[in-house]
Amino acid sequence: MSDTLMTIHLKVWRQDAPTQPGKFVQYTVPGVNPHMSFLEMFDLLNEQLSVKGDIPVEFDNDCREGICGSCSMVINGMPHGPQRGTAACQLHMRHFKDGDHIVVEPWRAAAFPMIRDLVVDRSSLDRIIAAGGYISTNTGAAPDANSLPVDKDDSDRAFDYAACIGCGACVAACPNASASLFTAAKVGHLALLPQGAPERKRRVINMVEQMEKEGFGDCSNHGECEAACPKEISISAIAMMRREYVKAVVGS
Amino acid sequence: MSQTPTHPKLDAKIPSGHISEKWTNFKSTAKLVNPNNKRKHTIIVVGTGLAGGSAAASLAELGYNVKAFCIQDSGRRAHSIAAQGGINAAKNYPNDGDSIWRLFYDTVKGGDYRAREGNVYRLAQISNNIIDQCVAQGVPFAREYSGLLGNRSFGGAQVSRTFYARGQTGQQLLLGAYQAMEKMVGAGKIQMYARHEMLDLVVADGKARGIIVRDLVTGEIERHAADAVLLCTGGYGNVYYLSTNAKNSNVTAAWRCFKRGAFFANPCFTQIHPTCIPVSGDYQSKLTLMSESLRNDGRVWVPKTIGDKRSPEQIPEAERDYYLERKYPSFGNLVPRDVASRNAKEQADGGKGVGETGMAVYLDFADSIRRLGDHTISERYGNLFQMYEKITGDDPYKVPMRIYPAVHYTMGGLWVDYHLMSTIPGLFVLGEANFSDHGANRLGASALMQGLADGYFVIPYTLGNYIANNTFPKVDESSEPFAATEAEARGRINQLLSVNGSRTVQDYHRSLGHIMWDYVGMGRTRDGLQHAITEIGKMREEYWQNLKIPGSPDTMNKSLEFAGRVADFMELGELMARDALQREESCGGHFREEYQTEEGEAKRDDENFSFAAAWEYQGEGTLPTMNKEPLTFEYVAPSQRSYK
Repeated sequence: MSDTLMTIHLKVWRQDAPTQPGKFVQYTVPGVNPHMSFLEMFDLLNEQLSVKGDIPVEFDNDCREGICGSCSMVINGMPHGPQRGTAACQLHMRHFKDGDHIVVEPWRAAAFPMIRDLVVDRSSLDRIIAAGGYISTNTGAAPDANSLPVDKDDSDRAFDYAACIGCGACVAACPNASASLFTAAKVGHLALLPQGAPERKRRVINMVEQMEKEGFGDCSNHGECEAACPKEISISAIAMMRREYVKAVVGS
Repeated sequence: MSQTPTHPKLDAKIPSGHISEKWTNFKSTAKLVNPNNKRKHTIIVVGTGLAGGSAAASLAELGYNVKAFCIQDSGRRAHSIAAQGGINAAKNYPNDGDSIWRLFYDTVKGGDYRAREGNVYRLAQISNNIIDQCVAQGVPFAREYSGLLGNRSFGGAQVSRTFYARGQTGQQLLLGAYQAMEKMVGAGKIQMYARHEMLDLVVADGKARGIIVRDLVTGEIERHAADAVLLCTGGYGNVYYLSTNAKNSNVTAAWRCFKRGAFFANPCFTQIHPTCIPVSGDYQSKLTLMSESLRNDGRVWVPKTIGDKRSPEQIPEAERDYYLERKYPSFGNLVPRDVASRNAKEQADGGKGVGETGMAVYLDFADSIRRLGDHTISERYGNLFQMYEKITGDDPYKVPMRIYPAVHYTMGGLWVDYHLMSTIPGLFVLGEANFSDHGANRLGASALMQGLADGYFVIPYTLGNYIANNTFPKVDESSEPFAATEAEARGRINQLLSVNGSRTVQDYHRSLGHIMWDYVGMGRTRDGLQHAITEIGKMREEYWQNLKIPGSPDTMNKSLEFAGRVADFMELGELMARDALQREESCGGHFREEYQTEEGEAKRDDENFSFAAAWEYQGEGTLPTMNKEPLTFEYVAPSQRSYK
């Protein structure tokens, strides 16, 4: 691994407001250290812009360790960039070469309205959770934690789905801008646990309805969501959600 | 020593009775609010991490109208999400001798006898309810093949009392609280305000009655009134610029409350976490923690010879110093965080540090992998190993990790009484934002426990008691206190924008961080602290003359957001240095080099410093004054902490 500084050529989507047209703007960023994260390279760009008196690029970010789900950049056509199972904040510049050209865009979906530059509004995902992505246990009502054994394999599978960070990369990757993987991950997590059983039917119906209401597209099995997911959540979740949905509708 | 606080506002309101009965006594005598009356009260919750999320959900379930605010784009992104290792509880499922008493004892001792016994005991009592609650919500804690819950051990304890969800415990607990909160959003009992930042607290007739916020998308300034305000805004580790905190974590909400009359307690108590990925260059924007749970199976070492630059596999066993195992045979690699951090610094300062910068030590899994196999290690730490490899490019299954201490958590915070109420009536402070439970050092897996204890199980009782005991004449958002507070908040924004100088916010923040880390970090001295105070003073002056903020106030503008936060961090940083200067002893994470034992351990001075230092704002240009809440230990006699 070399520590030689690189120069990176960026083409970044700039848009002042949802009502104004956006456009790509080209920037050249010298002095990029290969150990930098992709977002640190953007910090460097923004420092350079600020010093010149230009307006920095707005982008969502927070934990910078791949767990909060804030970051949301489409890098060279791929949500979170080329490295599998990695959010943009954990993508490091050592995976790029000196002189590379990189195109950076926001998540694009009807259900994710534009805010500014690379920042979009993902509150539609919160509303899907509010429609049923929970187990209704009011505080104080719980029995002893070990009174209900849970099969370890079920618990582990539930965890695999629960690992979703809610970033919306699955939506950005999907040709139909479907939120099926996001919704299915929560349905799967809760359906696999005995605690989730009482609300199982109502949950899947309400969450799927909300997903449609928000303007997300349908799933047509492209599988792009799984490939883009920084937590590598399996598309098997969607199959499970479909089974849950059919059972719930037929059974109700 | 005097048992009376030096200020009448510092009455901790600890209930009477034996320590094991205090919380029960409080609950059975607390006043209640009639279910039909709860909906007449609006409660503001600022911050939606473990403390805020759990409080908002629980209060809404009880029937209060809740307005919840967060600076992120969703309540699910609060920094609690990044906690890795686990959450403690005194369940004693492993049958290894744990109890509420022992968790209480370990926490008081771990905090180096600078926490309040009554609060800590309650925390230990509630710990078990938290696990029950979270499991019922569907939090996928680790389980055994029996289907029952698994446990692991953590630093500072000799029992296995930590419940965990792989290396993502904070994420799973926060999603549990967030989902409970979203359920109540769906039910119309919580109004959620994402991408809103609290700029000030509105105090009317001596009570906290609302907040001023900025909509971070439109830049609009808004007023929100309520009958009580809950501050759940986390810690202030980002005063050091580089920390394991998320980029947006900040002290502004708490600092503005300090300036409205809330006392700020023990600001110098900072936790420097021993196992973080070392700094690699000055472009670095944040540091990444590697969970302390790794110390269960990893062995910490450095080369025995100063300046040995061979790669780790070329250094034979006999030429390695497993210094924690050598110095602390009974706790070994599982000594508390402050002890582990200080020892790493000592090795690096002595020239035995490893890696390119020499500011690192090894954390080696080779023995555990030989004993347990790759598979078991991967089950326990898979995601952490992966994260390490992504950041450093090294594979920890093959090469020892390089780790170094980094700022991680702040034990200090706004002063609160047993009810979690600050010195401003109606302003409650929960979770890391308050100072109450961890003394001078927090034990691993106790932050999640405290956040959820405060939100799920303490505030529903203490807030009800406050509401029932007070009357709330209607305050209008158009009334004078709101108008005046908003005008001040606008004034600060305009002042920041009008400087129009040449140095960016990030540049100032980074410089502040250097001063804080060098002089108010792991080792503190009188001269160093005085130097820090002078330097920060100079920087503050320059800030208001040379700051450059591009963009305008009426759009999304991160530079402007950070400018307000860094201004507050500078003031806080100065107070931290003053607090560290007055505390002429070493305790927990506060290590004054002048006060150490012959073996280099922290030397407390219980005679003179067994108190919480509660700082009181005295106006611009005047130094804050320090008040003391004496700490008394009726149940755990302070002794020198020994982990040997």
